[in-house]
Amino acid sequence: MPGKKLKRTSLYASGASVVNMLQAVFYNQDCIVYDLEDSVPLDGKDAARFLISNVLRRHRPEDKHIQIRVNGIYSIYFEEDLEAAVRARPDALRVPKVETAEEVRTISRKVAAIERKAGIEEGSIKLWCTLESHIGVLNAKSIAEADPRVEALILGAEDFTASMRARRTKEGPEIFYARNAMLMACRAAGVDAIDALFPDVNDVEGLKEDAKKSKTLGFDGKTAIHPRQVDIINDAFTPTQKEINYAIRVLDAIEEGKRQNKGAVSLDGSMIDKPIVIRAQTVMALAKAAGIKIGGDYYER
Amino acid sequence: MSVNSLGRELPETIGGHKLVPYAGPFALTPPDSCVSSKRKLALLRPGESKMKASIKDAILACGLRDGMTISFHHSFREGDMIIGQVLTVIRELGIKGLRFAPSAVINIRNPSIVDFVKDGVIDRIEASGIRGQLGDAVVDGLMDNPVILRPHGARPRAIESGALDIDVAFIGASSADEYGNATGLIGPNACGSLGYSFIDAKSAGKVVIITDCLVDYPCVPTSISQQDVDYVVVVEQIGDSEKIGKGAARVTKNPRDLLIADWAAQLAAYSGFFENGYSFQTGAGAISIACTNYLANLTAERGIRASFALGGLTAAIVEMFQRGLIRTIQCSQCFDAVAARSLTTDPNIVEIDNSVYANIFNKGSMVNKLTFGILGALEVDTDFNVNILTGSSGEMMGGLGGGPDVAAGAEVSIVTLPIVRGRTPSVVKRVFTLCTPGETVAAVVTEAGIALNPKHRNYGILKENLEKSRLKLVDIEYLQKVAENLLGVPKPIECTDKIVTLVEYRDGSIIDVIRQVKRL
Amino acid sequence: MLELKKPAVAGTLESSDIQISMAPNPGKGIEIELDSVVKMQFGDSILATVRRLLEEFEIAEARISLNDKGAIDAVIAARMQTVICRAAEIGYNWAKEDPHAR
Repeated sequence: MPGKKLKRTSLYASGASVVNMLQAVFYNQDCIVYDLEDSVPLDGKDAARFLISNVLRRHRPEDKHIQIRVNGIYSIYFEEDLEAAVRARPDALRVPKVETAEEVRTISRKVAAIERKAGIEEGSIKLWCTLESHIGVLNAKSIAEADPRVEALILGAEDFTASMRARRTKEGPEIFYARNAMLMACRAAGVDAIDALFPDVNDVEGLKEDAKKSKTLGFDGKTAIHPRQVDIINDAFTPTQKEINYAIRVLDAIEEGKRQNKGAVSLDGSMIDKPIVIRAQTVMALAKAAGIKIGGDYYER
Repeated sequence: MSVNSLGRELPETIGGHKLVPYAGPFALTPPDSCVSSKRKLALLRPGESKMKASIKDAILACGLRDGMTISFHHSFREGDMIIGQVLTVIRELGIKGLRFAPSAVINIRNPSIVDFVKDGVIDRIEASGIRGQLGDAVVDGLMDNPVILRPHGARPRAIESGALDIDVAFIGASSADEYGNATGLIGPNACGSLGYSFIDAKSAGKVVIITDCLVDYPCVPTSISQQDVDYVVVVEQIGDSEKIGKGAARVTKNPRDLLIADWAAQLAAYSGFFENGYSFQTGAGAISIACTNYLANLTAERGIRASFALGGLTAAIVEMFQRGLIRTIQCSQCFDAVAARSLTTDPNIVEIDNSVYANIFNKGSMVNKLTFGILGALEVDTDFNVNILTGSSGEMMGGLGGGPDVAAGAEVSIVTLPIVRGRTPSVVKRVFTLCTPGETVAAVVTEAGIALNPKHRNYGILKENLEKSRLKLVDIEYLQKVAENLLGVPKPIECTDKIVTLVEYRDGSIIDVIRQVKRL
Repeated sequence: MLELKKPAVAGTLESSDIQISMAPNPGKGIEIELDSVVKMQFGDSILATVRRLLEEFEIAEARISLNDKGAIDAVIAARMQTVICRAAEIGYNWAKEDPHAR
């Protein structure tokens, strides 16, 4: 089951295809990304903006994290993409090819200006930044910390590999450093990390391997390029019993703290701060989505 | 006008015949009488021949006259060339006013049946579905006598009850010998099982075998016996091999259809009925074939084996059989060439009579032994009634097939369909034409969720088991709302009072009627 | 009144989409031709959406041809906005529905 808290899977819905956009809501992906960029031909950008605006206004999926991928910041489409996309009130904008913190701050300012004009709560629209080049990866930490709007970093492996003059493979040694560098930056900044897509739609075993790798490395989610990949990736992000047990202990400690009216709560000698609680709740949400049965009311906390 | 138990209005009589309103899936019992047949005793002395030089000679020998009833089977699907040839000769002979009774849906385009109706050769039609030009013409009020449509199992019932007496049965065979032993299992245009023509062979007044491949006597294997056959005609071509079906029916790549198929298979697997020895039927549609593949994997994973697969055969089912996951296939018709060829490869792949498969008024048909039935549909309503005949503009599109039979017999009947098709909602408040009664439908699977029918006899078990699964269970009303919220509310189709088609249930009662559509 | 400068097309013939062709129609007002796979069920509703968009953009003269493959209202509206902007050679004012917008 998809959930708004969860970011296990992102699936694109092309703004160039009506059927694609209407059908995309029925799959189990957590995040739906309405696309204005690569899947939309250059002479169809205007049509795609109108389509996404109208569809989101009248038929907004209730149970998904809604994102719109705009064109790159230096493209001729970017400004108008923002005008349309911000007003469609997605949960986040997905920005391709981000390379510097300054770019992020510029985008954030432009988004804020539109939020103000449109009467949208300022800061409510988040940014998911895709790193698609060596520069982006090298600047990952500053990008992640550039602005409070930044909620996640995504690894765009195809273009990144090209920028490295490497060869893209299923095993992925060519993106190994980039994955880890981006992950570390995300952990330092306290934002989510989304792993690269697995390009071979027909290779189910390969996808399972790759998704398992994503989870093991510590990623929060992965991009899917086809509905067939969604359930497999979701399954890979099922939390381990160890993670669940720890989350239970965290939530129990918080409950206990509330009962005793304690301001600060600790577990195993360390303070439980907000990020840890959020992490525990996310693990519960993941467990629930995976159909794992846990006694008590942990899923409601 | 009377109203049947599903709220559908029908006239009390039509053309002098009293109509029996539908009152429940097993409400009617058969009359206490012997079966009806037009078959007579005959004498053929040694040395006498059944061979006729032409279709014309065979028709004349049969004594076909105005007003009689003729029949054909549909096993050559869109590739059939026999129906056209026979009707053309009949027209040339000046014979008129015939009742045309094919075994299922007639799909041939050239020549079109409409022409023979317009020429007066045919004035009554009884089938399981009509489409294309003929369908449009009927819905526009072409025929004076309403067409009668019935599901697969109801045809042998109608024949044996005397409602559908066949004077001459024309049976196409891909191989036959000079004495009338005939089969669809071998030959250059092999179509597989001829199960739908068995009743015709046994009950018709005269039986003519038409083949393009005469084999040495006696033909082996044989599906139709020489003892039932009057004449044999050899023609150039009985069918277009390309259209009869080359290779396996293609597996869909549409992710929406795959999702529905996957969920339907999972529903079966978690239903509580998925045990060693289960039985199933899937159809010929894209979703059904995909569902077979998912079901096969779940069967293998569970370490069990199905006891039998029933009805229409596809390459997907053959593959599941070859993996050792089904003990026997009981095949009434073949949907592709792989299926057709498989019947001669293994003694556990068996050709069966359509009557054994689905007839309600015999001593027990195989649908009664089904665990799972996967059915397609054009529309389903919030009472779980199914429409498998008419499209969103009232046009004839589908065919009753074996859906009503399977639904009545199976423990778990599962209707699979996308929530919308273009701007046509698939889940509605009231189906335009009622073909399968909701009380026999256990579940509806769409990409927007799965609805269980609270009025189905197995609802309790299904609900209890499926709630433990990860499947998205919703109310049927929710599905209807999803479709409506997405598409908007369509203007209802307007009809005149003229009834153009009677839709019969398995037992001969009238479950619905189709009226002429008012064109803009 | 918004004047159309050239003929333009928007949308595709894919299922669930609508292809709209629009051209200047000097002196002849609005002329609409509708071909739809669901004409009986949704014909009136489709024309209502088309007319609503024409009013919104204040278009008084146009020749419009609609080839509909079952598009829902949101899609029809989107395609109309697209083809109008293309035919009139204007940009779209995304801010026009902002609160306090003039």
